[in-house]
Formats: sequence, structure tokens, C-alpha cells
Amino acid sequence: MDKKDEKEKIGVYVCHCGTNIAGVINVEEVSTWAAENLKDQGVVISREYKFMCSSLGQELIQKDIKELGLTRVVVAACSPHLHEKTFRNACKGAGLNPYLCELVSIREQDSWVHTDKVAATEKAKAIISGGVSRVVYHEALEPLHVPIHPATLVVGGGIAGIQAALEIADAGFPVYLVEREPSIGGHMAQFDKTFPTLDCSACILTPKMVDAGNHPNITLLTYSEVEKVDGYVGSFVATIRKRARSLREADCTGCGICWEKCPKKVVDDVFEAGMGNRKAIYVPFPQAVPKYPVIDRVNCTYYIKGTCKACEKFCPTNCIDFAQQDEILTVEVGNVILATGWDLFDTRRITQYGYGRLPNVFTSLEFERMSNSAGPTGGNVVLRDGKTEPKVVGIVHCVGSRDKNYNEYCSSICCMQSLKFAHLVKEKTGAEVYNFYIDIRTPAKGYEEFYHRLLEEGTHFIRGKVAEISDATRLPSEEGKLVIQVEDTLTGNQLRVPVDMAILSAGLEPRHDSKALAKLFGISCSADGWLIERHPKLDPIATMTDGIYIAGCVQGPKDIPASVAQGAAAAARVMGKIQQKEIALEPVRATIHEEQCSGCRICNNLCPFNAILFHEDRMVSEVNPALCQGCGTCVAGCPAGAITGTGFSNEQILSQINGLLLLNVPKKQAVAA
Amino acid sequence: MTDKPETKFEPVIIGFTCNWCSYRAADMAGTARMKYAPNVRLTRLMCSGRLDPTFVFKAFAGGADAVLVSGCHPGDCHYINQNYKAMRRFHLMKRVLVQMGIEPGRLKLLWASAAEGAMFAREVNSFVEEVRALGPLNWNSNHVHTADHVMSVVAEGHEHEAEVAA
Repeated sequence: MDKKDEKEKIGVYVCHCGTNIAGVINVEEVSTWAAENLKDQGVVISREYKFMCSSLGQELIQKDIKELGLTRVVVAACSPHLHEKTFRNACKGAGLNPYLCELVSIREQDSWVHTDKVAATEKAKAIISGGVSRVVYHEALEPLHVPIHPATLVVGGGIAGIQAALEIADAGFPVYLVEREPSIGGHMAQFDKTFPTLDCSACILTPKMVDAGNHPNITLLTYSEVEKVDGYVGSFVATIRKRARSLREADCTGCGICWEKCPKKVVDDVFEAGMGNRKAIYVPFPQAVPKYPVIDRVNCTYYIKGTCKACEKFCPTNCIDFAQQDEILTVEVGNVILATGWDLFDTRRITQYGYGRLPNVFTSLEFERMSNSAGPTGGNVVLRDGKTEPKVVGIVHCVGSRDKNYNEYCSSICCMQSLKFAHLVKEKTGAEVYNFYIDIRTPAKGYEEFYHRLLEEGTHFIRGKVAEISDATRLPSEEGKLVIQVEDTLTGNQLRVPVDMAILSAGLEPRHDSKALAKLFGISCSADGWLIERHPKLDPIATMTDGIYIAGCVQGPKDIPASVAQGAAAAARVMGKIQQKEIALEPVRATIHEEQCSGCRICNNLCPFNAILFHEDRMVSEVNPALCQGCGTCVAGCPAGAITGTGFSNEQILSQINGLLLLNVPKKQAVAA
Repeated sequence: MTDKPETKFEPVIIGFTCNWCSYRAADMAGTARMKYAPNVRLTRLMCSGRLDPTFVFKAFAGGADAVLVSGCHPGDCHYINQNYKAMRRFHLMKRVLVQMGIEPGRLKLLWASAAEGAMFAREVNSFVEEVRALGPLNWNSNHVHTADHVMSVVAEGHEHEAEVAA
């Protein structure tokens, strides 16, 4: 196992990492040991150095490659996730194929986690022995080059998706913007004012929506959903279902006569959050982009009873088409940005807060619609009866967030949203406002100042988690009111606060179908349902799947500025990819040796990326290297051993195991761990 | 292995980690300077799905006292669901180990996310203690047996399996 025909010349480099490694591991001893005991493996030089990753350390390696003709390099230092690239590039600089370098971790896996210096030193020897045994079987590899299709698919037409689409389109590249609802705009279109500047949400959003709708580089696909995605970075093929609007868009002028004449009223659960009605043929809101309405076939009288057709009768351009079918489109794109946003926490789940049972308990989205001058109450803050102004309003923070029973995470926007509500209520009604909070979190620019403004405005802040909202009154002063029961944790007093209206500042949750979305695009999703970024700090936009990026609340709760920033950042990443025209992929891939393949097709079903094709004519399977992500499951699963996993071949791993067990070392030197 | 009576038995454990979650959990334990027993030597695979059962048996045959297999939590796999394949193989390997006369407790499966450094360190410690209690395996020197002995081990294994099935 440890011998090949021609012997490799291996250099071993042990890093002190200051005292990070050398403080626990006797690096001199390890280095000498490697030179003496791994000679048979091909080690011709073993050195230790203070900081191997410094330019001097790298030059040391490069010099040896050139002067001693090293064919393999093993660096014993930190985790490969930190400096594998550094040392591979150093080898490349000296003319050695970068994949012939192996980095073994004696810092994260040894010196940092062990205190026994002798045991740690012995373990370092074993780890290096494993690396040396493995590197013998490394192969010179070349990265795979794949071309990048210039078009991009953006899924989700909220503010994050719109921003991303506009950035890419402005740079001159085509974008398909897919939105499930009849109009783009997302949740931001529902809001009244935006914190902390209180500018009107529609005023700042509508121009962007119009830009996206008119942009020559953006193909807007609303009332549409992605059904299937095939391919890989550079050339994805997405199948999109464009649901039938039941009218011919080319002829429609958006004049609005149809929805005026439609006799069927429907409660609008989506845009108006159940606060208002729409017609069976409708645009969700007046500034909708595109301007064309849709017929809601579930509620339309014609689709239920077969008669009516009022819209068709009155349509001046005769564009209604009851028989229209869904359209299936296939588009080819190089990259994908997912920006599908969030769902509101269902406040009915916290029964003691009485939402759905007590009429004057409102959700945050309901309040947004009520406060919006284009909303169902014309912007008047009134009780559920539609006319009475509240005199006392209670706003409950952290509903469904920071709560072990529902969601443990902080939804991050609710504090600021509640402060905004408090301001709007005061401005519009002059009512007394109580905010019930656990902690006030105002971490972004201008947020803390807004909080102080609210304090000065005279909003009451009570620190405590609300226990119950009830209409069971005890005192005459509570008659006809909702009573909010809470412990003021700053004074230790139990309070009963009678209010006319309670607003539940509900948390953000992942879209109910976010797991299906993750599956569709082949990316990872946390247990909560938020999509997982490649790195939580350093790569919050990319995902583990090349060519698929995430932006906005699909990644986790965030406010509008952060969503916009992520949308733009995702666009920048995509444009970078497009500009490269072709990109290099890591060559860690599986290959099937045709002459050994029996055509049993076991591997076909093991592959999660459908990267393995079966050739019926020759009865053999073949891996598409661009689709293969290199997990190696097929390599392990092949009963004939016909599949090789580059970079992680059987020889490499088995040899590393032997090395780790010190089986390649002369017996007397084999040490007890 | 030196077997001095006064020294505590220090098992040698070969660990397999996936590149994305469990290797990073080990990295995280390191970055956070969490201390654990020095008995585990890790091998990095791209995915726990890459784990060929041969690797495990070769490790035992080569003198390992135990083998640790770790991957991403179910549902978190970087390759969608390949850790489930590792899980299936894990259960199969346990059965085979019994048939070979190896205590199934010498093989451990551990799901660890990149954030679970503390858990990783804790689990390694408890596994080392468990293996220490089992004692040395010495399979490389002990695996030559008479036919009778092999058959009795196999029979015992079948019995054990029958119990599991019931």
C-alpha cells in the first residue's frame, strides 16, 4: 500500500504558529522524527519554522521544491480550511501542481485542544504520518473550466429581489425576475412608513418596482413559480410555471373597469392581511407592477357556476380569456439569486394573546395596512368596528420570537417596528401608548435616536413579557377594555393595563415552503427553515452550491436596509461570475472507469445531484463532471469499485488510515498514543 | 500499544469527518480552545456518504480500538441527504461488527454541526471513556482464530441480531 513504482520526494514542514503549536507540541522533535521515520515513505526533508504561512515560510517550501526537486509537500500547521489555499498557491508558484500539497491540522486538532504535551506531540507525529502516507497517492489535478451563461434567475420580487435584479440589469445582463404573487413589491409594498426615517414605504419602493417592470434587461414573470431546476453553475435550466392570469396581457391596458364591474368580493388575506376586500378579478394594490389584473379562479363566479363574465362584457379591449392555460417556460441562466422572503408568525398559536378571539387584538401586518392611507381604513387607526379611535393602545413585542415555545431567535425588526407603530398611533390618534418589551434592540444607524425620540414623545415602556391579553375585567375602570397582564420586571410589580387596542408585534418566520425551495435548488436549510449561507460571517450571500446566492429574509430575519444590501451584494457576486465568462471548479469529482462498470445503476440513485447518466447502449454509467459536487457517496457505494473519487480516492484514504495508525513506521518507533 | 499494568489504557481511535460540518466542529473546538482527550485521529472526507465500510474495517484491522464516524445533522447535509446513506451504512456495519466478534460500542456515529465544537469535544471524551472501559481490541494480532471459534462468534452474532430484531 505504501509503495509505488517510483519513489516520491516529500517535504514535511512543521509550523510553530508562534507558540500556538510550539507551546504544546515539541515541533523540533516532531520534525526530526518525521525525517528519520518517514524516510521509507519518501520524506527527503523535514523542517520546522516559526510561521510557515508567512512569505518567508512559503519561500522556504518553494526553495526546497526547486532545489531538492520535491514532488510532494506536507505542511503540518492549521486547519486546511484556513491555509490550504495559501500553501497550494505557494507550491504552484514553485512549479508544483497545487493538488500535490497536503495540509494537516496539528493546531485546531491537536495543540489547541490538548494539554498533555507528550500525548499531543505523539498525536502530531501520527497526523503527519497520515498526511505523508496520503500525499503519496495525490494526483496532479487541473480545475474544471465551465462557461457562465450571462442571464440570471432572481426568485422573489420583494425589495431584495428587485434590488438584485436592477443591479444586474443595469450592468447590462439579462435577468428573469420570478414572483409568485400577481405583483412584485413583496412585504415592503404592504407597509405604511419605514423606520427610522418614517419615509413612506410606497414612495421609495414604487419607483424601483416601475424600473424593474420597464427595464429592457428584466423579464418579469409574476404569478409564476419555479418548478424545476437542472444543471450547475454557469448553465442552469429552470422550468417556470406562469400561471394563467385569464387575460391576454398584450391587449390589457390596466384600465381597471373589470375589477370595478366584478360583482364578487373576496377577503384579501395576502396583501390586506385579511383587513380588506378585493374582487375576484384584481390587482393586489394600485401601484402593482405589472398593471394587469388576474382572475382568482377559486373565487370567480364564472369558474364556480359557469355564468357571470361581467369582466369580459365590460372589458374595452376584449382581453379576458377564460380558457387560458398555464404556460410552462424553460429558461437558461448562469446564476440564481433566491430572495423569497418571510412569512409572519401566526399569532393564533399564542392563544393567551387572544388574536382571532378578541376583535381588538391586531397583528403587526394588520396595523401596517390600517395605518396605510391606501389601506382598508384609509389610514385611520380605528378599532375593529371601523370607526372608534382607541384612547389607549398596547404594543406587545417579541410575539413568537425569543420564546422557547415558538422561535428562539430574535426577529430583529420587531423592536423598531413597534417603536414605529407607537409613533404612528400617537401621531394619528393622540392615544396613550404602552410598549411591552423584553429588551429594546436598536442596533443600526439612527435606530437608537429613534428610540429616544419615542421616549421623549411620552410613549410608556414597560419591561416584561406579556402573560395574557383578556377581556375578563375585574375593576370598573377595565369595563369594555382589553386587559394586558404583565409583570414589570424593573419594579417587580404585577400590572393590569387596560387598553382599547392591542397590537402584536409578530416575529418573522421562514416561508412555509422554504424547505421545498431548498430542495428544489439543492441547497441547505437550517432546522428553523432559513436557508444556510456558505459562511455566517465571511460569505453570507453565497450558498454551498456554486452559482446559487441568497439575499434578504430568506437567509434570516432582517430589516429593509440589510435586505437591500444583500440584494446588491448578491448581484455583485453574480456579475463577478458573469464577467469571468468561465469559471474554474474544484476538481474534486468522481469518475467511472467504464471497463469496470457493470451497469448495475446503484450509483445512479445514490447521487443527489443527478450527475450520473446511464448509457443504455453501452450499459455503463458516466459522471457529468460539471454536475458532480464531489461528495463521494457513489465511490463508496460502487460494488465493483469502478468509481474513483479525485482527491479522496480509496488509496489516499486507506493509506492515510495506515499512516495515522503508524503502520508505515518501523516497529520500534511506533509509539503508544 | 505498550501494556504496562500501572498506566491507564489509552485507546487509539480513528475518526472520519465530513468536510463541511463535523470537520468544522473539530476546527471550532480548536478555535475555542476546548480541551478533549488526544486519542482521536481524524481523517477528512468530503461527505460522510463517502465512508466506505472498508475504511472502518481496515482501521480496526490496522490496530484502531474504535472508530468515530461523524457528519452533518440529518437535514443539514451539504450534499442534500448523503449523510442518511452514511447512517444506513453505519447500522449495517454495526451488525457486521457483531458478527465479527467486535463490540458494536467501538463504532460511534456523531452528528455535529460546524457550531457544535463543545458538543464534539464532549462526545469525543465520553467515547474515549467508553472505549477505555471496553479495553484494547488488538484485532490485528487477534483476528486469527480456529474455525470453531469463528463459528461460535458468528452464532453469537446471529443471536444478538435476533434480539435486536425482536
